[in-house]
Amino acid sequence: MENLKYALYTGCTARESTPELLKSTLAVAKKLGIELVLLDEASCCGASHLQDFDDFLSLVLNARNICYAEKLGLPMVTICNTCQLNTAMTKKRLDENPELKAKVNEKLAEVGLEYKGTSEVRHFLYALIDDYGLENISSKVEKPLSSLNIAAFYGCHNIRPSELHDGSNLNENPYKPTSLDRLIEALEGNSVDYEHKNKCCGFHVDLQAPRTANLLSGHALLDAMDNNADVMVTPCPLCHLNLDVKQKSISKTVGRDINLPVIHLPQMIGLALGISPSDLGLQHHVTEVATS
Amino acid sequence: MSNTKKVTLNIFRFNSETDYLPHYQKVELEVSQEEVVLDLLNRIKWDIDGSFSYRRSCRHGICGSCAVKVNNKTVLACKERVFDLIDIFGTDWTIDPSSKSRAIKDLVVDKKDFWEKYNAVTPYLVADIDEHPECENIILPETAEKLEEADYCIQCGCCYYACPVIEVNEDYFGPAAFVKAYRFNADVRDNAKIDRLKTVDPIGPGVWDCVKCFECSEACPKDIDPQSKITKLHNQLFEEGVAENNVASRHAVGFKKSIEKHGILDEGMLVAYSEGCAVVKHIPEALEMFKKGKIVMPWNMPKSKNMDEIKKLVKISSTAKF
Repeated sequence: MENLKYALYTGCTARESTPELLKSTLAVAKKLGIELVLLDEASCCGASHLQDFDDFLSLVLNARNICYAEKLGLPMVTICNTCQLNTAMTKKRLDENPELKAKVNEKLAEVGLEYKGTSEVRHFLYALIDDYGLENISSKVEKPLSSLNIAAFYGCHNIRPSELHDGSNLNENPYKPTSLDRLIEALEGNSVDYEHKNKCCGFHVDLQAPRTANLLSGHALLDAMDNNADVMVTPCPLCHLNLDVKQKSISKTVGRDINLPVIHLPQMIGLALGISPSDLGLQHHVTEVATS
Repeated sequence: MSNTKKVTLNIFRFNSETDYLPHYQKVELEVSQEEVVLDLLNRIKWDIDGSFSYRRSCRHGICGSCAVKVNNKTVLACKERVFDLIDIFGTDWTIDPSSKSRAIKDLVVDKKDFWEKYNAVTPYLVADIDEHPECENIILPETAEKLEEADYCIQCGCCYYACPVIEVNEDYFGPAAFVKAYRFNADVRDNAKIDRLKTVDPIGPGVWDCVKCFECSEACPKDIDPQSKITKLHNQLFEEGVAENNVASRHAVGFKKSIEKHGILDEGMLVAYSEGCAVVKHIPEALEMFKKGKIVMPWNMPKSKNMDEIKKLVKISSTAKF
């Protein structure tokens, strides 16, 4: 297989409150022989909040991020659903609107950059499945996850709006996504079927509407628990923060005890590849992950 | 290749006048490629059980009355082709009303809350118009384009009943009302923009409670993309100086401040800036995160490379004020 190489847009969360996401992503890529070049010049994508305040600025900053992947001549991969959404949305808007692209490039020219539109932008999950291939991943499994019932939690921004992600997410159907479940099965884990796997965790209203966020996260966690999940896995660090860090608060809101480990996508893959739990950063989770 | 397939339907049955709880009726039907969901509902009523109730009217995707859920996907029954649903879900379907908690009889729901919230945003043009105009009030194409697709809303409620916030926050206006608010705010002839913005600004019912999940945009049968209209209402709140200084508006503004300073977010400072003094309520969770190595100390706060570029771009590209 041809050596795979990507420009990695880490997003902010993997540099701060989920350090284990960056650590496990790099460890898994190394084990699979995938080369990742960190885009250290990149800024925040705006996480759909800057977009509410200053849409044009968010376009310029996201275009600048893509410029750095273009300069490397590499496709960009993201490891956060919301980064994926905002970067892909910027790319689509600029690629489809020459006038807007020219306005953005007028600003970028002031710092010696030009957005061309030559780098694809995909989430690591889909790059792994599409480019590396489930069969190849499966062939690298050293510790099958066969003893684990794993609940896939997709997160909104990888699957909706489906029109935006068409093609870059294997044409995932937002009403019945399958990628994570297929990956779980490739790692020989047991994929849990539950209704809330494609629902919202409420992260984006966590500050102004904590009850809403807690109820939405709580519904997903309880649904997974009631369907005998041992662990939940998500490709989005923002979902992870809500679902992992806030379980005590969510328990109070929904009136039931919740204690379900929520791991990142590369942590799940890394466990199956035989990478040690500490190298995957499993000790960083607020809801303890049993590693024995 | 066969032009028909057998589907198994679990139909939601409930009569609010006689039933304590709903139940599901199993129906097996041979369906053909030409049929839409409404054809199946009609066949059940006409051939199997005349008491089965649902709403339908135009049969052309215009009146919006036949919205139902198939395996949790909100659809217009008259528009949704059965073979498309088989492609997504296979041949076992559960057919529910657009909102189970609002069901009156079978698939018929009480849309009272939908209409109350819709009406609350002044969903019509407010303008002083001469009763005896001498000429037409002509709108240029480029001006009309600003309405985008918002004009096409048929009030079917698909977005509203797909929105997860509607199920947990009874005050929340929901996407359909926001689309309508945007539609008239974007109309150059309208004079009620500020009042509408004041209506949609408060935390609780307003746009700040949108979870940005795009369920509404996915569900809309008219491709209106309600999520983009909600974003535009946010933009208008700032443009018109209507946005109140609260945790939600500061959260949006805080992104610009943090990017200007570090390139990436300073997550801790963002929460502190957004919450103000109320940040103390986050201390228990912050301590838990700190113990697990999930909090970066200010002296270790990472920064993007080439910060001079980012600072310059923020300076020359930003026009929003707060």
